[in-house]
Amino acid sequence: MKRTPLYQAHVDAQGKMVDFGGWEMPLNYGSQIEEHHQVRTDAGMFDVSHMTTVDFKGAQAKEFLKILIANDVDKLKTQGKALYSCMLNENGGVVDDLIVYYINDEDYRMVINAGTTEKDIAWINAQAEGFDVSVEPQFDLAMIAVQGPNARAKVFEAMPGVEEVAGELKPFNAASLGGLFIARTGYTGEDGFEIMLPEKSAEFTWKMLLEAGVKPCGLGARDTLRLEAGMSLYGSEMNDEVSPLEAALTWTIDLNNEDRQFVGRQALEKLRDDGVKKTIVGLILEGKGVIRDHQKVVTSLGDGEVTSGTFSPTMGKAIALARVPMGTTRSCEIEMRNKLVSAKIVKPPFVRNGKVLV
Amino acid sequence: MSEVRDDRQYTETHEWILDNGDGTFTMGVTDHAQALLGDMVFVELPGEGDEASHEDEFCVVESVKAASGVYAPADLEIVAANEALDDEPELVNSSCYDDGWLVKFKADNIEGLMSAEDYTNTLD
Repeated sequence: MKRTPLYQAHVDAQGKMVDFGGWEMPLNYGSQIEEHHQVRTDAGMFDVSHMTTVDFKGAQAKEFLKILIANDVDKLKTQGKALYSCMLNENGGVVDDLIVYYINDEDYRMVINAGTTEKDIAWINAQAEGFDVSVEPQFDLAMIAVQGPNARAKVFEAMPGVEEVAGELKPFNAASLGGLFIARTGYTGEDGFEIMLPEKSAEFTWKMLLEAGVKPCGLGARDTLRLEAGMSLYGSEMNDEVSPLEAALTWTIDLNNEDRQFVGRQALEKLRDDGVKKTIVGLILEGKGVIRDHQKVVTSLGDGEVTSGTFSPTMGKAIALARVPMGTTRSCEIEMRNKLVSAKIVKPPFVRNGKVLV
Repeated sequence: MSEVRDDRQYTETHEWILDNGDGTFTMGVTDHAQALLGDMVFVELPGEGDEASHEDEFCVVESVKAASGVYAPADLEIVAANEALDDEPELVNSSCYDDGWLVKFKADNIEGLMSAEDYTNTLD
């Protein structure tokens, strides 16, 4: 199995190491729920070095990204500005979801999922044929996400000098200095940074953050935090067979520029014109129990399926994202261990910035 | 290392059973099981007076990670369920052999249990 530069730091911190898509990663360091609360109330950090950074450089970098992804990089005008998007196949299914950062018209940085890296790079290279662009995966970068209401203050405390680089960053913007790339982004619904840095600096930085009181958090807490924040997970809410239109990700698709014929556009427009039949909603279980992935959802308009189910530590209730027939409202039932249990239908997010919104 | 206590017996499915010496037994999940399951968020227990047949699923412990059934080790009748777990399911994590017990029951004869030593050996 592959290991990140922080593997030893996880073992030293009693991380419970599990196989996560071929990577040996920490599920938790004792209690997933305590780690979850740590991020909602203070500051926690995640090793996300398994994710892949890809740089796009060349005279046609911008032209290429305009056809590669469904959101429009033409929106990005200022250095460091970030954009969330899906990358689609010809059928309009999602090859991956990603964040792209603007450096200049000939230089962009993209972060893609770990489990899809090989597929993505092959796909990107195939699409890049004929463009004057160089596709450069940065496999020697580590990435640490520091998240929580006190995350930024603790990063500045732990990493002297970084405040001068990142102190003024607005949400969804990044700054860089030498090998350090720091973005005010995350996957938890809290404020914070995602810090990319050379792998040789990773362990030192991790220790400095520990000294500043940032607690290590595992992939278990990362999943409950993102689910509360209503954020999609590739492979759960969407995949190669599912359109962003069927995953409540319509906001990430930009069809304004009719001349921008990005991959998958025709399929999306056809699906939109034919009528989208499914979508993703949030569920809150009424009563005790925990909603699990793939459980059947019974609605008045037909059956659906839980795409991500869990117990929300912030709400103290079971919550889920589920794919249901378009138009389903108010309530449904979930088949749990051979019983039908009522659930309320809500619009995610469930929790943002420490507050319950549903 | 998981804690295993010498004063009680164990099942292959990682439950402990303590003979109370008055025809009743107390049952819970082992330290190994609670660590594997992770943070407990919900425990579904039978009511006092309920009966279960050998190998019936008669309790469910749910953690953030998974739901896990607990099966009756014999034909039995419930004499008490640990109501504290309704509000504090995390007792199963913090005190699996004491405050985190699941049920007390009456049974005539429980077969196939392991000693602490034999159970410890299965964990290696």
